[in-house]
Amino acid sequence: MIAALLAQTAPASGGCTISAGGARVASLCTANNSLHIPVAYRSILPILVLSVGALVLLLVSAVLPKRSWPGLYPLLTVAIGGAAAITSAWEWSDVGTNHAQATIGQQILYDRFSVFFMLLISIATVLGALISDSYLRREGLDGVEAYVLMLMAGTGAMLMTDAAGLIMLFLGLEIMSIALYVLAAYHRRRVQSGEAGFKYFILGSFSSAIFLYGVALVYGATGSTQFGEIAAYLARNSLPNNGVLLGGMALLIVGLGFKVAAVPFHFWTPDVYQGSPTPFTGYMAAVAKAAGFAGLLRVLNEALTTQQANWRPIIWLMAVLTLMVGSVLAIAQKDLKRMLAYSSISQAGYVLVGVQAASSAGTAGALFYLFTYTFIIAGTFAVVALIQGPGEARTDLGAVRGLARRRPGLALVMVVLLLAQAGVPFTSGFLAKFYVISAAVQKGQYVLAVIAMLAAAVAAFFYLRVALLMYSGPAEAQAGAPQLIGVGVGVGPAGDGALTAGLEPMRRLDGPAPARAGARAPGGATAGAEAPATASTTAVLEAPPEERIVIPFFVGLALAVCVAFTIFAGVSSPVITFARQATTLF
Amino acid sequence: MTASFPILTILVFLPLGGAVVVALVPAASEARLAKPIGLLAAVIELGLAAYLVVDFQSGQAGYQFTSQHSWIGQFGISWHVGVDGISLFLVAMTALLFPVAMVGPTLTGSARAFMGWMLLLEAACMGTFLSMDLFLFFVMFEITLVPGYFIVSGWGGLRRNYAAMKFFIYTFAGSAFLFVAILSLVFLTAPANGGHQTFDLITLTRLASNLPHADQVLIFLGFAVAFAVKIPLVPFHSWLPDAYTEASTAGSMILAGILFKLGAYGLLRLGLFILPRAATDLAPLLLTLAAVGITYGALVTIMQKDLKRLVAYASIVDVAFIVLGIFAFSSQGVTGGVLEMVNHGLTTGAIFFLVGVIWERRGTLRISELGGLQKPAPVLAAIFLAVVMSAVGLPGLNGFVGEFLVLVGTFITHRWWAVVATTAVVSGAIYLLWAYQRVFHGTPNATNAAVRDISWREIGAVTPLLLGIVFLGIYPKPFLDRVTPSVNHLLAHVQAVDPGAHVPAPSGPAIAYSVPAAQNVDAGNARTTAAVKAQP
Repeated sequence: MIAALLAQTAPASGGCTISAGGARVASLCTANNSLHIPVAYRSILPILVLSVGALVLLLVSAVLPKRSWPGLYPLLTVAIGGAAAITSAWEWSDVGTNHAQATIGQQILYDRFSVFFMLLISIATVLGALISDSYLRREGLDGVEAYVLMLMAGTGAMLMTDAAGLIMLFLGLEIMSIALYVLAAYHRRRVQSGEAGFKYFILGSFSSAIFLYGVALVYGATGSTQFGEIAAYLARNSLPNNGVLLGGMALLIVGLGFKVAAVPFHFWTPDVYQGSPTPFTGYMAAVAKAAGFAGLLRVLNEALTTQQANWRPIIWLMAVLTLMVGSVLAIAQKDLKRMLAYSSISQAGYVLVGVQAASSAGTAGALFYLFTYTFIIAGTFAVVALIQGPGEARTDLGAVRGLARRRPGLALVMVVLLLAQAGVPFTSGFLAKFYVISAAVQKGQYVLAVIAMLAAAVAAFFYLRVALLMYSGPAEAQAGAPQLIGVGVGVGPAGDGALTAGLEPMRRLDGPAPARAGARAPGGATAGAEAPATASTTAVLEAPPEERIVIPFFVGLALAVCVAFTIFAGVSSPVITFARQATTLF
Repeated sequence: MTASFPILTILVFLPLGGAVVVALVPAASEARLAKPIGLLAAVIELGLAAYLVVDFQSGQAGYQFTSQHSWIGQFGISWHVGVDGISLFLVAMTALLFPVAMVGPTLTGSARAFMGWMLLLEAACMGTFLSMDLFLFFVMFEITLVPGYFIVSGWGGLRRNYAAMKFFIYTFAGSAFLFVAILSLVFLTAPANGGHQTFDLITLTRLASNLPHADQVLIFLGFAVAFAVKIPLVPFHSWLPDAYTEASTAGSMILAGILFKLGAYGLLRLGLFILPRAATDLAPLLLTLAAVGITYGALVTIMQKDLKRLVAYASIVDVAFIVLGIFAFSSQGVTGGVLEMVNHGLTTGAIFFLVGVIWERRGTLRISELGGLQKPAPVLAAIFLAVVMSAVGLPGLNGFVGEFLVLVGTFITHRWWAVVATTAVVSGAIYLLWAYQRVFHGTPNATNAAVRDISWREIGAVTPLLLGIVFLGIYPKPFLDRVTPSVNHLLAHVQAVDPGAHVPAPSGPAIAYSVPAAQNVDAGNARTTAAVKAQP
């Protein structure tokens, strides 16, 4: 039925759905001064589903009595996200192997690249809703707002990936960012959450302004904000060392580099990731990165493709810095979420390796990376949300200690996800690294390839450290002693290198296992909503109280999906075929 | 056996399936079921490997039992496995050592986890030795780290976490170069292959000799660094004593017996076979590293105060010997190197096992605290002595054949390196016999006098290794018959690609061997075709 509807609307947009090569030929629909802009609804179906879904959700919450049915909102969000995913899948076959079509007043690009990202964002939304439900209820934050904000962020992210010009890109960026700012600050009783939202907002606003300034400069240099027209102009006119263009390009890279947390625009990441409510951190990491990279790939490969000689070195340097800074600083972290923040920075470095290759293979690798990373990071933060306990009391590395004994299944899931991030074979993380690095090698970037692999070796350290803690016994604790008796990393021998310092506490705590009663701290001592503020900053690696971690059904489902996909994409080839098809005509 | 029966694929997937089954054993019956199930899988694997050795055609130099399935088609990656004379006995040794390591040492901790990781490791090792696809090789080579890491960190000594981490990160960093080298090779040869990337070993070997020389050298260096860490050659060895000393008995047996060989095998298969020109150019460097390793390793070994650490350092010497033989580029040298790989697996596996037996009884391995163990444990002493003699190179045991071949092979081509290496035979006798003397001879103190002798179960576990040691020492012909054609084929390829290389013709009557046309990497080369019979 939808198809029939669309078939009716399609002729109406006839003048505007330009077929082969349409994006690059500038023929404005509004040239005849008609105010009527035909809308090709089929190109924005998932966006419509998400945004209308958000409004419906608000409406439902207004009509229904408060808290009538607690599981309703997440279920509706999952349904909306699922509908968006289904429409994306339909679009995938609809757009076929056609070239990019610029629709709706030349503002929306309709091709497999954009559909790929719309599918990714739909899935991330579904996973995000599944994971958030139990967390929000545990924290007493449940309500419709979080889901609406998530859907809005998804809408913005989809707009970014669909944008055919810089203006639309900016619009999507803002819609997504504002929703994410609020999500970061969503935990109203945690100081860190407010701080995260505020920091994200201030720095994000700056980066948006910088991005907008870049748009202005590029417009000044080329006379257009449309990717196709910019590319056409640059193809016709050579602008060697044009300061305005180069400046505009640099500012665009800064603005998008901020969103994807590339070094040196990463400073917000650790604080925001640490402070934000954990499920939203996972959502943010997946969606903002995907949308940011979609924008970056569009801008660089579509609009500025003739300027490769100028932007490839910049991206090269950013990739190297991002890889090194991300993986080296992650070692020094004592907080699980902070460590994952730095790890996500270093993961962005690998995507940048694919971006800088400026080839179809590199872009396909980057897309594969982003797609598989969505599952990995959503699953990882879901596990973190479970083990950190009420009030996010425990986010230090010690929180995972002995997890294998308490919940072997959960520990195994976490190990798979960590190994995937480390890039161990038979997980999607390995193939993702393989694809981006092989794209770099194909372009003769051997140094970058070696640096990227060495960064993976460094990164293996902190992923394995978490795995090790999960499988080691309970920390030495005396019966009746207060909880914070672990050996702090900070008090380790100052002369030791980072490696030794990191290992020191583990080694020391590997003594004989104490009586189980000793490790069992008074239950609920830290269960209050006001967690001790020191818990996240003091380095304590002792085991958490022996409470049974309850895995809610939704979270278990999401984790099963994440792990299954991570292994599936790691041993078979359909996903890379999918990613390649999204870039073949790019 | 028909060609359609994928015995090699089963060799890889059987332990994997066993690992999954063991992991699914319910926790309640873990103690009862996990070990027998795991052991059963390993024993069936051993049976298959034995069948493979018997069924292997000895006059053949090429890969046998091959099977190929496309995996990631766009990148030319396939599941391609095969076995030739060089890998055959490494496969057999792997299949032998795993059940011994499972049944021999007393198992502590979770049997389910231990058996699961061991079987996973066995699958990965098999995959590495059998793969004929470089991507598959790399993947298997890398995945060995994960079970290896968990075996060291789960069942080791006090500093096991540190050792496991060091082991993982060192090798992972080395693999960075291997990964980039493989990718470079694939992409640089793609234009000559009609623009199609391929990871196929044979195709790459054909194409690689046309690459610019500088590229070949750089790619070879990438291989060399990665495998030198894994082997490990001397400047890259510092992870080894920690890992071997801290690992549990079974862990050390597998680590020293098999994981070691992955590096040496990789150097031979990837380095020498694919890039012979670079290999001959860089041979002096590797030979020198090997000679330094032999001398330095021997000196450090003599000074060790801990029995297990002593054996760990002795391994550095043995492995340097293997590298020396491989880069001698003579038939005897390379064959000796391959034999030494197998020998070292058997001997070191047995020594680490016996050291573990002592540790279980005494709780310490400080040589100064042991002594006079021969009195309370005469059988243990006798077995230990036999194994030590094999390691020292007593004629009639396997160590002699290997060392002799390596030294002869090296002497033919690189005289002075052979002279340096010969000192290792002497120093090997010093550190091993001296250690034996200090541990077993003399009058035992009260604690040492109370040591129980080796049990029947332990004797049963070590017997297969002893049989291998004696058999290979007395009658190495079945071994040499299977290995030599593949080695000669390899050397013929080296000679064909790099006519300037000093590769002496095999002495004695030329052994005729045949290579399937699909696997002949030097079609049309004069010397090769002279030696190769046409395959019907």
